[in-house]
Amino acid sequence: MAEILNNSGLFFALLGAAVATFMAGIGSAIGVGKAGVAAAGVLSEQPDLFGKVLIFQLLPATQGIYGLLVGFLILSNVGLLGGGVENISLLKGSLYFAASLPIAFAGYFSAVHQSKCSVAGIGTVVKKPDQMGKALILPAMVETYAILALLISILAVNGISGVQV
Amino acid sequence: MQQDFTYAVARIRFRETKLLSDTDLNALLMSSDVDAVMRLLRDKGWGDNTDCHPEELLALEENKLWEFINETVDDISVLNFLLIPNDYHNLKVILKCITRDREPDSMLIEDSVEDAQAIYKAIKSREYGDLPEYLQEVAQDAMTTLLQTSDGQLCDIIVDKACMEHVYRLGKESKNDIIRLYCELFVVAADIKIAIRCANTKKKLDFIRRALAECDTLDVERLAQAACEGKDEVIAYLGTTEYRSAVDAIETSMSAFEKWCDDYMTNAMKPQKWEPFGIGPVVAYIIARQNEIKAVRMILSAKLNDLSENTIKERLRDMYV
Repeated sequence: MAEILNNSGLFFALLGAAVATFMAGIGSAIGVGKAGVAAAGVLSEQPDLFGKVLIFQLLPATQGIYGLLVGFLILSNVGLLGGGVENISLLKGSLYFAASLPIAFAGYFSAVHQSKCSVAGIGTVVKKPDQMGKALILPAMVETYAILALLISILAVNGISGVQV
Repeated sequence: MQQDFTYAVARIRFRETKLLSDTDLNALLMSSDVDAVMRLLRDKGWGDNTDCHPEELLALEENKLWEFINETVDDISVLNFLLIPNDYHNLKVILKCITRDREPDSMLIEDSVEDAQAIYKAIKSREYGDLPEYLQEVAQDAMTTLLQTSDGQLCDIIVDKACMEHVYRLGKESKNDIIRLYCELFVVAADIKIAIRCANTKKKLDFIRRALAECDTLDVERLAQAACEGKDEVIAYLGTTEYRSAVDAIETSMSAFEKWCDDYMTNAMKPQKWEPFGIGPVVAYIIARQNEIKAVRMILSAKLNDLSENTIKERLRDMYV
């Protein structure tokens, strides 16, 4: 029984890495897809706006990268990357899982909502190409919350590695 | 699953920049003759780079609009509320042509929900069952009336009322605020026009009741009674409704009221210019484009008939952009 509990710690740590990666990744995929549809619409009318609309399409892509980063950190801390997997207690594994949640959820929702802002920004740039800077700042504001979540997830994962439980 | 209009709206955002502004219309109005107007329009991208008659140019632009909508909207049936009046128009034309033994081709509108030729064949052979369900009863009723009374106006009233009720029903069935608003305003404008015409021609209450269709923002029974009593009563009643801004236009002339209707609709649609999602910007663009074509038609007619610029200027609608 004690052995099972020890191994389930590793399972929860791995679940944390998976949740961080796929939740934020799904959010980014939806976001980039939605902004991409709008960008494709614009390009069918005005192909020379490619450079500008591409930036808007890429904005919601960052959350997926943040999720991947947190996933890497968890895998690295539990020894799944460099070999020599540690015995991780159920509590420690659960802590890793909890640490992944900020970027998992904030990443997902911020990517979806950032894409809406990006689509609106694309609409602005089509009508007023000279307002590119202002139109870009608005969806970029949504990024703040993904960065805050990333920060907490990274701090938590790093903190947990030093905890003896 | 709800339809996504992101692609369509993105394309529309670009096309909105190509819509004619008030300045463009003024330039067209100031042009010396029809050729100058046509030249300016071609510079703005109208037509297909070939010389054509003004009427052909307008028809081409209307076709281009619906081709564009077909290309960008996955399921165009969501826009039936805009096209269905054309089916009823085609029905009126077909009924009258059949009873007068004429060919309806040149008077039919192509951009409709049902194929006009199929409607023609079904009515010609009296196979009402071949018609779409919503046209079966009204076609039979209007045809019987036309054959028994030879009264074209009565036939029009039957078909127009069915059309208004259909549009009202589509609005009620829709969950979209813009579609509901459009359908309501469509019926309101038609009801007010009918009430004024009935008041001017001193129609009886039964006739007026038969012509008016139910809507949410007007008390149709009060409007019918007001129309029976005269135009002043209609104006007095409208003064108590949310359409009191129409009073001045009605007092001026019928064409001023028609301009008020189009301007009211355009202003109601203007917030869609900033809406990045949903069907609203698509509906607003279609209405804006149709208004634009209507404005150009007026200018071309004025140039062809040597009408003064001021006469036409006061009839030009507010532009969407």
